[in-house]
Amino acid sequence: MWIEVKSKESARDVRKEGLQRAIKEDLGLKAEVLETSDIYAIDGSYSTKEAETIGKAMSDSIVQDFGINKQLYTKGAWIIIVRYKPQITDPSGQSVLKMVEDLGLAANNATIIQKYAVRNATKEQVEMICKGLLANENTQQFGYGFETINANSLLTRASEKENEEAAQTVKISKAPDRELQRISKDGMLSLSIDEMKAVQAYFRKLRREPTDVELETIAQTWSEHCKHKTFNSEIEIEITDSTGKRTEKIRNLFKETIVAATSEIAKRKEWKDNLISVFKDNAGIIRFDDDNCIAFKVETHNHPSALDPYGGAGTGLGGVIRDVLGAGLGAKPIFNTDVFCFANPGYKEKLPPSILHPKRIFKGVVAGVRDYGNRMGIPTINGSITFHDSYLTPLVYCGTAGIIPKWAAQKEAKTGDLIVVLGGKTGKDGLHGATFSSTELKEGTATSVVQIGNAIEEKKMLDAILDARDKKLYTAITDCGAGGFSSAVGEMGEELGAEVELTNAPLKQKGMKPWEIWLSESQERMILAVPEKSLQKLKEICEREGTSIAAIGKFTSSKKLILKNKGQIVAQLDMGFLHDGFPRQKRKAVYRENAKKPTGRSSSQNYAEILKKILGMPSIASKEWVIRQYDHEVQANTLLKPLTGARNDGPSDASVVRPIFGSKKGVAVSNGINPRYGMISSYWMAASAIDEALRNIVATGGSASRTAILDNFCWANTEGPEKLGTLVMAAKACKDIATAYGTPFISGKDSLHNETVIGNKRLPIPDTLLISAITVIDNIENTITMDLKKEGSSIYLIGETKDELGGSHYNEASGKPLEEGNVPRVDAEKGKKTFAAVEEAMNRKTVLACHDLSEGGLAVAMAEMCFAGGIGAEIELGGSAITDTAALFSESQTRFLAEAESGKEGEFEATMKKNGCAFGRIGKSKGRTLAISSSGKKIIEQDIDELKEAWQRPLRW
Amino acid sequence: MKKPKALVIRAAGTNCNNETALAFELAGAVAEQAHISELIKGTKKLEDCHMLAIPGGFSYGDDLGSGKIFANQLSINLGDQLREFIESGKLVIGICNGFQVIIKMGLLPALNGLYAQDATLTNNDSGKFEDRWVWMKTENSSLFTKGIGKIYLPVNHGEGKFVASKETLQQLKKDKLIKLTYTDEKGRETTHYPENPNGSVMGIAAVTNKEGNVFGIMPHPEKFVTRYTHPRWKRENLPEEGDGLRIFGNMVEYAEEKLK
Repeated sequence: MWIEVKSKESARDVRKEGLQRAIKEDLGLKAEVLETSDIYAIDGSYSTKEAETIGKAMSDSIVQDFGINKQLYTKGAWIIIVRYKPQITDPSGQSVLKMVEDLGLAANNATIIQKYAVRNATKEQVEMICKGLLANENTQQFGYGFETINANSLLTRASEKENEEAAQTVKISKAPDRELQRISKDGMLSLSIDEMKAVQAYFRKLRREPTDVELETIAQTWSEHCKHKTFNSEIEIEITDSTGKRTEKIRNLFKETIVAATSEIAKRKEWKDNLISVFKDNAGIIRFDDDNCIAFKVETHNHPSALDPYGGAGTGLGGVIRDVLGAGLGAKPIFNTDVFCFANPGYKEKLPPSILHPKRIFKGVVAGVRDYGNRMGIPTINGSITFHDSYLTPLVYCGTAGIIPKWAAQKEAKTGDLIVVLGGKTGKDGLHGATFSSTELKEGTATSVVQIGNAIEEKKMLDAILDARDKKLYTAITDCGAGGFSSAVGEMGEELGAEVELTNAPLKQKGMKPWEIWLSESQERMILAVPEKSLQKLKEICEREGTSIAAIGKFTSSKKLILKNKGQIVAQLDMGFLHDGFPRQKRKAVYRENAKKPTGRSSSQNYAEILKKILGMPSIASKEWVIRQYDHEVQANTLLKPLTGARNDGPSDASVVRPIFGSKKGVAVSNGINPRYGMISSYWMAASAIDEALRNIVATGGSASRTAILDNFCWANTEGPEKLGTLVMAAKACKDIATAYGTPFISGKDSLHNETVIGNKRLPIPDTLLISAITVIDNIENTITMDLKKEGSSIYLIGETKDELGGSHYNEASGKPLEEGNVPRVDAEKGKKTFAAVEEAMNRKTVLACHDLSEGGLAVAMAEMCFAGGIGAEIELGGSAITDTAALFSESQTRFLAEAESGKEGEFEATMKKNGCAFGRIGKSKGRTLAISSSGKKIIEQDIDELKEAWQRPLRW
Repeated sequence: MKKPKALVIRAAGTNCNNETALAFELAGAVAEQAHISELIKGTKKLEDCHMLAIPGGFSYGDDLGSGKIFANQLSINLGDQLREFIESGKLVIGICNGFQVIIKMGLLPALNGLYAQDATLTNNDSGKFEDRWVWMKTENSSLFTKGIGKIYLPVNHGEGKFVASKETLQQLKKDKLIKLTYTDEKGRETTHYPENPNGSVMGIAAVTNKEGNVFGIMPHPEKFVTRYTHPRWKRENLPEEGDGLRIFGNMVEYAEEKLK
């Protein structure tokens, strides 16, 4: 049966309006949308009365009409239908089933189909609308017909093979290298020849052939995604930079850079008792107060978001939320942060067929994060979006922080504990995610890896787990992410051993092969180690919350992983081999800085126009359209919001939440990302990303030396020595700068295959490092926002401005090569003094507003402070050693603008001097105009509303 | 004196239950939370409490329209209990998703009796979810909005546009059931975006039933119980307590006086 629900003629149909706008603006077509509707296709048989009951329940009688089994017909128009492919689990279909069941009726299956009626379009144009706007063929299918379409075709669903599937043996013991390579490639195992040989040797020793379950388990465990082989490899690097040429040897990149910085910093007094768990868990954990800790993790979900922006971004966020829920014994999420890199939304070049338009990716990713985050009830309070046309393969970083009682910050599964899966069911969706993300994207890449998240499933799971945690019903927990059960059980049982009966897992469909159950990456599942005596209580909680739970095995003491399918052993692997048996890589890398010497500069420029142009560049322009779609108020703890100022629309540096009501303590979060500098030097890109993240924290009232950071490396293919070289240098900068600033890395992630391969053409992303920063604020009263507060205050520029326009937005706006000029460098010794000076000035309450200088330099930061506060400023650059252009737009690091309260200038200046930091009083707040002079000559004079309009217009959709 | 008791009902996807319970506690009530499955099973009961809240969130993901599945569940399983609760004069508040739930199950405005839906909350005119702070003013007196002239609260919703037939709207006006309307900063009623964030007709943000004991509001009073969550607390001199707390305080005061 199908029920069609559509808006009454008298009601407004916003979906129709949205589609109409997109047809006109994004496709430039004249086609007219007549109506839209939802069709609920329900597999069940009902009497007329029952069908009416369902129809009434599915529709809103005030604004909607419904019809039952009606022919889909509209005179003179094309009928288009769009639905998820049968193999994709569609959460709204589950809701239809729930509604039908609540009505006391039965249904086997249900799907929601969107229907559109469109006229004034050719067949080709209808096809364009379907492919360009309505359906993503990686996850959805569409059909259309003129005036009518056969509705029976809607009811088809995935055929379920009833027969049981057994494990297969794979013959590798005698296979020559070529055959080993073929097995790896055909099986999507992503194992190198050396790794395949190690597997071969292992099974030769056991005198047997592996099963497909065993091979898949090894491939997943050894994947780049899970073992971070590049970061753990031995590297010899040849470096050429301004100091000449040298060769360095690195025994383990990760340990000698990221880990080394943290180990060194952990000894210092600021961190001695405050680093609770670093690197070993699903998230890094730091101390919050005497009783609580904060867990923080940022993940990437790039490949899935390229194929299906909505599903990919949603499941990316869902995954990182589970990381935090699976940190220690489970942290309660308190905020999300999301950072994206896209090509420009106005991208005009012809796109390769398998790549979605950047604007569509942008909108889809935002919608995915919005729907998942909002439904989870976690405020999304921070983020950024960087646009550059080399991000045709997008980057999607999702982060979550949670609060966790101190007693729950550690976990330990015990021999004899049951292995329990809690949350969603296991299906064929999301196979091979771990190995898939460890390779580049190719045309026709299998879509089995893309999933649609079900936030409500995850919310139920979260509610159940937090209650069970406080009742101490389990000893350890981890999430099922890439690699599914294999990864979760494998990691949790690494030191013990585990025995699992695969058929005990609740399944979405019949006919799943043993390896598919074991490797499935179905979303919204967690693995818990549960003492047998606690299982009943845990089941009661799950029943209350309406989420599923099943014991699938036991942790043993055998140090073996044993998997059974209906009692028959299908895998038996030594934990030692599984986790440590992969051959270590030895790699060579080269590095060369890519700076271009400045060419002659044009002498007089229209700086006001350039400023407005920079303000309107998508990376800098207001993201209000995005931010307001995210709920940043839920949980009622968001104190400093992503938008701030007199009209709640200025760009905050960092956001602050107060996780415990009534407490004076807050948590601030920020980020730093500068891929444009990386086009010149990955070392200085990484250095400035750390500096930027810290500046945002300090500008908001936090302390740099008490800030913890996360690294997230996204690189294109690092198999060549050059890309490996830039990666090594970025990691070295992480070590140098973090150690100097005293900011430990507590967790991180690397994603090293971000390129799309089309035929022979490679589309790599630029080297991109995201640094996410988190700190505990002792007194929320001392926080500061960036908007100017009063007229007549003094404005100070803090930090040194150098001629550093390399990689700047100024270069891009004025049509110069991006690489021209000096890339901004970080002087952490001076930077430390600057941070200390700003922190002290704020604690002394001499600062009314503070903003960090980043993309666009002084001019952009000043303009933002003005229009956010609704107050202008008169600025004099003074006769400096650098050009006006550099004074205005240089992106030199560790700089701030501060508004000092009138009458407190003396105290403010004394604080700056005492800390030995460079500063200058450059003007005062006044009127509604931003006027900037150089040696008395006005070079910019603009109404602040005009500047604001230039900043808001580009992304105000 | 024994404190009045508030019950906050949640379902899968409810996510403002904790702050709603906190607001009741701050206002002087004892707040308890119950999952709808516990009420259906009977392990927790409506009759023990004086005030009932259906908080914000995305019950069942807003699939099939916001609040629909939760509304259906409540009417099927707890219809009689709820009728008794309301007819005895006890208080019900539905906030955001909770407002969507109670309006769709016909608990308010209930012009033609309980469980007959006569108005709805549907997609924002902007076509998207909106998180922003809005001004409202009191339209007609009610126990929930006592002492409130204008109030500033956040909205966080994608389906908050109040819609009803012309006749229903006239009746609402005549019976003075419209309690809060969206205004601009100066307090003038508006249908202009974004001051009116969703396009509600007549700027309707909150309504009650005729008896005045069931209250539905789209913006979130529980999100503004302390000055620290006001978007401009770093710019303006604000009292410690947020305006939103007033609504919970009014409920508790009423419960203390009339429902003992």
